[in-house]
Amino acid sequence: MIKIINFLGTPSREKFSLFVPIGIFLFSLGLIDVTLNSLFDVNITSFFPRGLNYFTPLIFGFLGLYYLRIEFSGNKMLDKLNININSNWFNSILTLLIIFVLIQNIPPLLNWLIIDANFVGTTKKDCSDSGACWIFIKIWFPRLMYGLYPNAELWRINTSFIMLITLVVALFYIPIKLKKYLIIFLIFVFPFIMFNLIHGGNFGLVWVETTAWGGLSLTFIISVFALILCFPIGMFLALGRRSSAPVTRYASIGFIEFWRGVPLITVLFMASVMFPMFLPDGVYMDKLFRVIIAITLFEAAYMAEVIRGGLQALPRGQYDAAKSLGMGYWRLHLLVILPQALKLVIPGIANTFLALVKDTPLILVVGLLELVGMIDMAKTNPDWLGFATEGYVFAGILFWIICFNMSRYSQRLEEKYKTDR
Amino acid sequence: MNLGITTFLDKRPKIKKYFPQIITLLFIIFIFGYFTYNAQVNMDNRGIDFGLRFLGEEASFDISFTPFVEYDGTKPYAKAYLVGLVNTLIVAAIGIFFATILGVIIGISRLSSNYLISKISEWYIEIFRNIPLLLQLFFWYFAALRALPLPKEAINFFDIAYLSIKGLYVPRFVWTNGSVFLFSIVAAIVAIFFVFKYTRIQQEKSGRRIPAFLISLGIIIVLPLLTFLIGGVSLTFEHPELKQLSKTIYNYIGGVAIIPELMALAAALSLYTATFIAECVRAGIMGVTKGQKEAAASIGLTPGQILRLVVMPQALRIIIPPTTNQYLNLTKNSSLAAAIAYPDLVLVFAGTAMMQTGRAIEIISITMLTYLSISIAISILMNWYNKKIAIKEK
Repeated sequence: MIKIINFLGTPSREKFSLFVPIGIFLFSLGLIDVTLNSLFDVNITSFFPRGLNYFTPLIFGFLGLYYLRIEFSGNKMLDKLNININSNWFNSILTLLIIFVLIQNIPPLLNWLIIDANFVGTTKKDCSDSGACWIFIKIWFPRLMYGLYPNAELWRINTSFIMLITLVVALFYIPIKLKKYLIIFLIFVFPFIMFNLIHGGNFGLVWVETTAWGGLSLTFIISVFALILCFPIGMFLALGRRSSAPVTRYASIGFIEFWRGVPLITVLFMASVMFPMFLPDGVYMDKLFRVIIAITLFEAAYMAEVIRGGLQALPRGQYDAAKSLGMGYWRLHLLVILPQALKLVIPGIANTFLALVKDTPLILVVGLLELVGMIDMAKTNPDWLGFATEGYVFAGILFWIICFNMSRYSQRLEEKYKTDR
Repeated sequence: MNLGITTFLDKRPKIKKYFPQIITLLFIIFIFGYFTYNAQVNMDNRGIDFGLRFLGEEASFDISFTPFVEYDGTKPYAKAYLVGLVNTLIVAAIGIFFATILGVIIGISRLSSNYLISKISEWYIEIFRNIPLLLQLFFWYFAALRALPLPKEAINFFDIAYLSIKGLYVPRFVWTNGSVFLFSIVAAIVAIFFVFKYTRIQQEKSGRRIPAFLISLGIIIVLPLLTFLIGGVSLTFEHPELKQLSKTIYNYIGGVAIIPELMALAAALSLYTATFIAECVRAGIMGVTKGQKEAAASIGLTPGQILRLVVMPQALRIIIPPTTNQYLNLTKNSSLAAAIAYPDLVLVFAGTAMMQTGRAIEIISITMLTYLSISIAISILMNWYNKKIAIKEK
């Protein structure tokens, strides 16, 4: 076999000018064959027998890559190509298969997503069948972002999120001295301001009941509140689990392992149907608040494990040094241990928050409609039937952008803090 | 008042030591007591009494997918619970199977020297890991599987399996004396276990290597084959057939129907979890230092032996604990089934059964305890395994 392929001699540096053109020619012949085949339905190799016909691009490409595989050819680009995608026959076949699959699938996908897609118009009739109907997303966009929140009041959600982002960004730039106060404000005061602004009912703001909240903003409302609330609980649980007192330790272990052992869906069901039974007779608590409490407790258990990781990573000397200065349990932890431990686990906290954001769409099972829930609602609207794919693709892209950037950010943090110690 | 307690405690150091714990204990008891009291009052008001007796009552609702368990509406709630649990375990098992295969492939390709392959694996991981699982599930169920053809134009896999919007129809195995066949497989596995033990003892004694793999391959082929020849076991297939149910409605009858809910759930779970398993595999393989391979090569081991005896045992020690964690996550995530109406434990028991009986506390508690026991069982197994494979330092 090899002898037949090598009828011109082994590909080598000496015969560079002979083998490279042949290789490039055969390789591009394979590519052209696949491209014509999949995009224009033209088969230039139809004169081959049927069974062979299917494999011709692969054979051409394989031979082409074989002739191109010249070690130390002297051509920098060719060397780089050979090392990266053409190091041996197995790699060259994998390379070819991947290239062919991409050629076959990318253009139709782009066609559906962009080229044949419909952007202009206001009703379902403006959409053609060949491409995606982004009009659906355009018309429903406010609903997908804000749920059933009244249009006239949307500025309240926008303002509160802009304030939140401004404050968080400000955190990175203000002098260290003021930072402490800003963090305290952000954790203990700002949630109430934000909540009041969105919920309304006083200061001349119209009351908006929580059933109208929805869309992507609800995802963030729940995530932000749950994160802020679960943090102190998680901290106490982590300390409790490391405590030497058996009651505290076993209570913390039991709490943490219970929440970590059950799926979030059952927790949400618990919040929606079981929790009201535990409230005093006649006391009613809004479903959204019940859900936020449930998610908070659920996340607190995960947060506790993250923080415990940080506590365990601290060297014993830190405890001994603080004790030798005469510090008690609380002063030791608040002033010496926790600040260092928390700094260690910042990436872990970011990951927990990421998981939290990814988990929030689940609240749909108890009837709260965030982004995915709103799409579910929009796709069953009689005027807009049959656009489920567009909706999910849109939500997928949106969530992906958010989560991907968050995970990249937490990876960056990880690297940053790794070198610090 | 406060001062009084402090001096009281200072005089009795033994009580002082336990004082915070007593307070914690009282606090926990108080909270539990308060909740129990409220629940009691609420249930009295609604005229329901706490108890598990309802499990024996007739469920009177149907479940669309009940493999392995005989079930219809006349059966008690306990049976419905069992159906739900079995369905959860089925989808978890399928998901774990495919997620492992895909995860290992992706994890290894991520380390490939081929630029295209490692890049594509990386993008696969980044894309599927960063989209909420529920969204992926909805995409497969409401968008991808709904685009399948009707039963009449079903996609035909060599006349064996048919894929249509109603699900995947595959032939059913009809066994005669199937249990004999099953026993023979169990016997073969036990025999193989002893063969491996024997070869190890022989090798330690005399250094001679017995081809244990070939022998066990023979055992597992020959023993079940014997049951066909002399054990009276036979196997026929019941093929699904296209039937006209009414003027326009066609569907397949017979065979095993894999409902689209199960397919969507299994696809979403395995594609999502595979990304995490791939990262575990990658970390494991990268965790074995180059020196280990070089050292093994220098004492004359073949590449196959290096992989089997040196690299894999060390890589597995890193890979298995986080991977088990992912299996656990997959099992917990399978509860998302409730969102697409796959009849798993949550949908059947915490959904339908709870709506009918109104026994929120009992049912949600049972559901949570079930998941909790699965989690705890797996973590106990895990700890045992970790202890077994931990590096034994002398």
